[in-house]
Amino acid sequence: MGSHGIRDQVAIVGMGCTPFGEHWDRSADDLLVDAVVEAVASAGITIEDIDAFWLGTQASGVSGLALSRPLHLQFKPVTRLENMCATGSEALRNACYAVASGAYDVAMAVGVEKLKDSGMSGLVGTAMPGAGDDSRGEVTAPANFSLLAPAYAAKYGLPEEELKDVLTRIAWKNHVNGARNPRAQFRKEVPVERIRSAPIVAGMLGIFDCSGVSDGSAAAIVVRAEDAYRYTDKPIFVKALSFVAGPADGVLDPGYDFTTFPEVVAAAQDAYRQAGITDPRSELALAEVHDCFTPTELVLMEDLGFSERGQAWKDAGSGLFDLDGALPVNPDGGLKAFGHPIGASGLRMMFEAWLQLRGEAPPERTVRTVGEGRKLALTHNLGGGPGECVSFVSVVGSEPSA
Amino acid sequence: MAGLISYGAHVPYHRLARADIAAVLGSGGGKGTRAVAGYDEDTTSMAVEAARVALGANGLRRRVGQLFLATATPAYLDKANATAVHAALSLDEHVLAADMAGSVRSGIGALVTAAGSTVPTLAVLSDLRTGLPGGSDEAAGGDGAAAFVFGGHRPGSPVIAELLAHDTVSDEILERWRMPGAPASRVWEERFSEDIYVSLAGKALAAALGRAGIDLAAVDHFVVAGLHARACARVRRTVGVRPEAVAPDLTGVIGNAGTAQPGLLLADVLDRARPDETIALVVLGDGASVLLLRATDALPAHRSSRPVAAQIAAGSAPVPYAAYLSWRGLLDREPPRRPDPEPPYAPPAHRRNSWKYGFTASACEKCGTRHLPPDRVCASCRSIDAMVDEPMEQVHGTVATYTVDRLAHTPSPPMLVVVVDYDGGGRFRCQLTDAAEADAVIGARVEMTFRRTVTSGGIHNYFWKARPVRLGPPAQD
Repeated sequence: MGSHGIRDQVAIVGMGCTPFGEHWDRSADDLLVDAVVEAVASAGITIEDIDAFWLGTQASGVSGLALSRPLHLQFKPVTRLENMCATGSEALRNACYAVASGAYDVAMAVGVEKLKDSGMSGLVGTAMPGAGDDSRGEVTAPANFSLLAPAYAAKYGLPEEELKDVLTRIAWKNHVNGARNPRAQFRKEVPVERIRSAPIVAGMLGIFDCSGVSDGSAAAIVVRAEDAYRYTDKPIFVKALSFVAGPADGVLDPGYDFTTFPEVVAAAQDAYRQAGITDPRSELALAEVHDCFTPTELVLMEDLGFSERGQAWKDAGSGLFDLDGALPVNPDGGLKAFGHPIGASGLRMMFEAWLQLRGEAPPERTVRTVGEGRKLALTHNLGGGPGECVSFVSVVGSEPSA
Repeated sequence: MAGLISYGAHVPYHRLARADIAAVLGSGGGKGTRAVAGYDEDTTSMAVEAARVALGANGLRRRVGQLFLATATPAYLDKANATAVHAALSLDEHVLAADMAGSVRSGIGALVTAAGSTVPTLAVLSDLRTGLPGGSDEAAGGDGAAAFVFGGHRPGSPVIAELLAHDTVSDEILERWRMPGAPASRVWEERFSEDIYVSLAGKALAAALGRAGIDLAAVDHFVVAGLHARACARVRRTVGVRPEAVAPDLTGVIGNAGTAQPGLLLADVLDRARPDETIALVVLGDGASVLLLRATDALPAHRSSRPVAAQIAAGSAPVPYAAYLSWRGLLDREPPRRPDPEPPYAPPAHRRNSWKYGFTASACEKCGTRHLPPDRVCASCRSIDAMVDEPMEQVHGTVATYTVDRLAHTPSPPMLVVVVDYDGGGRFRCQLTDAAEADAVIGARVEMTFRRTVTSGGIHNYFWKARPVRLGPPAQD
């Protein structure tokens, strides 16, 4: 028993990604058609060339019909899936495994979410009505993730004011990056003072500590690695795909201290083993991580092995993860600048890896690590919250392993 | 010897300063404060809190044979409310749990019924007094609950106050009334009924004293309760008891809790009465009732773990009048831009009654790990279906981390959320109530309290919340 991975067995040869934002004039159908059309064009194929589809969406459609109907797919297999905020990444993972298995030659992963039409603030849950006994009560996502902040500050003896400065800097950095990205929802730099003094939403988190609510879609085309160069000169090879659903015992186990996501640690270790990575901080050219809220990104730096335990606040504060830092994190602006249309986010992250590793990111956003010879990128999602979550980590590279 | 074997009271944490009413409305109000049920309390939840105090000692829970819930403001009609109290107290399923609801007089009705029962009978008196803004009932009212167990004494739960006698006179009189659903009651001219009540009180008192074979001079604590303040005052003043025997009516600090007032005043007297002292409880309302009790030697050792005076002293700084109005549904505030909270669904709630109402978790038989909520598979050793019930409602805990949720639906934003690590193991995330933001800190000590978390779609959702520990150690069952 073990996780064997599919290192270098499949490659991504085409991608599409819509702008993320308030698409009042677009439906979920419109968005996924846009992403699919862009992806097939970039691979130089047609929709008919795709053998099988995986559609990730949390609440914007059910069943394979959610994709086959808008595209009028002609009797193709379409699987609709959901794994909370890792939904888009989960679609990609399934498409990759389908191709690696030999079952299909060309597979597509699509992610889409239409959140703005609800008119609600923040994410709206989609649990089955009456699934529980109503003893859990409502806790909004920002409140749930804000539980990390006082716990982190207490564990490492960090004054909460100092932690707030670090969280502010994380938001500031991602807005700086997003300002350089035409697909981002928020395309303005936001002054540090404005971030720090913004109205409080939950715990220590102000509105700029939270990712926005947006609509968007992204898609990827996956083929066997040996076929990749038939579609593009610059395929992206899949090195590792790791996904875990945690035992959800942090919410009932006093041993969990709210300063880490053990699920992320597990997924990262598995992914690094699959990819043959020993020092992610020096080997990766960039990482796109799940910055749903600023304390999440802070903790992820330690869980993904970019910072030593208790050191991420220093590393983040010193600019290590800036666009021109030693390991750029969320160079596209992250969930912070893109918002978080659940089903689309994982594939949007992969789209940034695709652009950066192929040297196609705009110059003002290009990470220097690629020019310095690094060839690997990481994407990461988590869904749920502290103590009970699912986590996904991928590693992709611009070259097959030697 | 028949009589009382246990009692307890619940005075809500919150207070309203009557002066704030006049400050906002320009009229109404008065002096002092009144107790205000929290936004997450109703007569059912307050009844549970009072009964938890009364049942805290000596394994009494396993012996209670009947439960009567008396209230003028039931949380539900048609559906029993006493069964929710029964579930929250984890009483045996064969215990009769029935409402005595609708009239303020039901309070003394429950007490008298319990006092005359041969099986241990729990009478819970709970009321939430409201009134139209600026009205005298709003200012004079109060919220609270009291619980008493009579009968069926044993060595472990001896009689603490012997029942000497009881008498009631009933009189149909249009003095105070309220149409179902109306927010406030109406009263006839006070002076009309004042004379009648004073006369009725005299009759009932004389009959009870005669039956007990004592005279008024023997009464050491004279408790008079009723919504007719003038009549109550005149009875206290003119009936002929020694002035020092007249028990305080507490309305200046907590208001008049209607159905529950006789219970709260009696509990307050029991908190300090000495052995062999005689207590006369007079209750006015659609007649008059008198209960004569005599404290026994057992009382000092079996007083309530939460004296009324201590609960009054532990009350909050006054809440803003606007907050009180919104808690009572008299001021409609803009809700958050979020979906309405889901109402509870009957089957899942019923499947988990012991958790949802009784806060009974599970503990692994193999490794002892506690699971809140109860699980079938052990999170620690992964044993399957090797769990035993683990009652958690009396276990204290410590806050591991916390947040203040300013987006979530709550009648009193912001919502305080804490992760509680319980003494002896186990963790649960829940709301923190009866608290200010400054109370939500890592390391804070909390205890559990039964609350109405939300009402949605015409359905009350009851569950447990944490609250800061402000009073003594929890009673041990």
